[in-house]
Amino acid sequence: MTRPLLPLILAFSVLALTGCFEDEEQWHAKDISGLMPELEFELIGTGGQTVTPEDSAGNIRLLYFGFTSCPDVCPTTLTDLRKAVNQLPEDYRDDVTTLFVSVDPERDTPERLASYANFFGDHVVGLTAAEPELRDLTKRYRTTFGYDEPDADGNYNVSHSSAVYVFDRSGKARLLLRPGLTTQQVSEDLAHLVSESRS
Amino acid sequence: MPDIGFLAPYDFSPLTILSFALVLAGYGYALLRMAPEQRPGSVRVVTFVVGVLLCYGVMQTRFDYYSQYMFFVHRGQHLILHHLGPFLIALSNPLPIFRFWHERMGPTLRSWLRPIGWVYRILQQPVIAAVLFVGLIYFWLWPPIHFDAMLSRQLYWTMNWSMLLDGLLFWWLMFDPRSPVLTSALGYGKRILILALVALPQMILGAWIVFSRGMVYDVYEVCGRAWPMAPETDQLLGGLLTWIPPAMMSVIGILLILRRAMHEDGRILKPARLAGENS
Repeated sequence: MTRPLLPLILAFSVLALTGCFEDEEQWHAKDISGLMPELEFELIGTGGQTVTPEDSAGNIRLLYFGFTSCPDVCPTTLTDLRKAVNQLPEDYRDDVTTLFVSVDPERDTPERLASYANFFGDHVVGLTAAEPELRDLTKRYRTTFGYDEPDADGNYNVSHSSAVYVFDRSGKARLLLRPGLTTQQVSEDLAHLVSESRS
Repeated sequence: MPDIGFLAPYDFSPLTILSFALVLAGYGYALLRMAPEQRPGSVRVVTFVVGVLLCYGVMQTRFDYYSQYMFFVHRGQHLILHHLGPFLIALSNPLPIFRFWHERMGPTLRSWLRPIGWVYRILQQPVIAAVLFVGLIYFWLWPPIHFDAMLSRQLYWTMNWSMLLDGLLFWWLMFDPRSPVLTSALGYGKRILILALVALPQMILGAWIVFSRGMVYDVYEVCGRAWPMAPETDQLLGGLLTWIPPAMMSVIGILLILRRAMHEDGRILKPARLAGENS
């Protein structure tokens, strides 16, 4: 009875293994093609307007969840992203849009979000929404966020994803930038993604 | 007052709800309609329902949310889906319910279901069943696979359902109430051997997770935890849940089978014409 299964199992393992090695050769970041749904949201921009992926269609989108009062992780990530984008060939830079989604709508007013996003470059878009919409969006990308108890001054910490989701021009989920990648690696991956679909 | 919101599914799955509803409805209907002398006693009914509800609870309540964003809760979820839930369901001996429905099936339906029977018999070969039982745990906990499974909704559901179905197959093979003397059910010695053998790799895996210095499963770091907990603590608890309770369940399983074997010793006489067949 076991005999007919063996070749199947072997073939499957070989296929699975070759799949892994290919991924590692091509990208520094984690390849999430086919694992996650395409980019879709309806959020509020810093001008109070509704923003959807249509507004940045045709660009490589970097989706990142954070909050402006974030002490270290968010500024570091956004600074690293800016560096990576600035390392790209000049005519590539306009093709990358960073979507910074604040999961702390209580404190992050449009003005506050606008000045924060601008600080990290022209191609950073600050976005937020009411908590239920944010819950839906983070759930779609299989991440979550949570609030700590506020201290005496009303300040509180927010737990959120530390990864950056990369979507290609057509909005397909492609890469997950995990913490620990160097600026050079991120830049190479972005360049690769920009160049593969240039018309 | 308990929070009702906790009972609402985090990731609503119509297929899952339908399957559980069908199982409970099918069980309940059979229970009411079957001949009283075949009807399982109340302890068995409660055991069955508790097993089913436990599995449902970890899949379609707020518990599922915590399983997706905390490693140790995820291990708890699999402990129920792959061990405790199926363990109780198999122990409750739902065989009369199967017989009830089997008798009512038309010949067409039976011939349609025949391929499932073939797959079932292949999967219930002792070696395949044991390898599959441990293999699935290792497969889904293999770090790159685990990472993908926690990122992809489809893979996540595949993982949980595969654990539940394999758990049911495995524990049914262990607790099959039919006597191995009279039927082709697996012998008690083999059952005990399998239970002991599957415990070892699970203990090794659990211990490896517990004693790993670095982060083995960084997906929970990447995707955010449900509440702020030190990653080391999360991993330690998850490792312990992979290590100790499954090993204990193997021991409990062995004790239950030993009890049955001792109970049956000398009571069931092999029919004369079959005597010597196994020697």
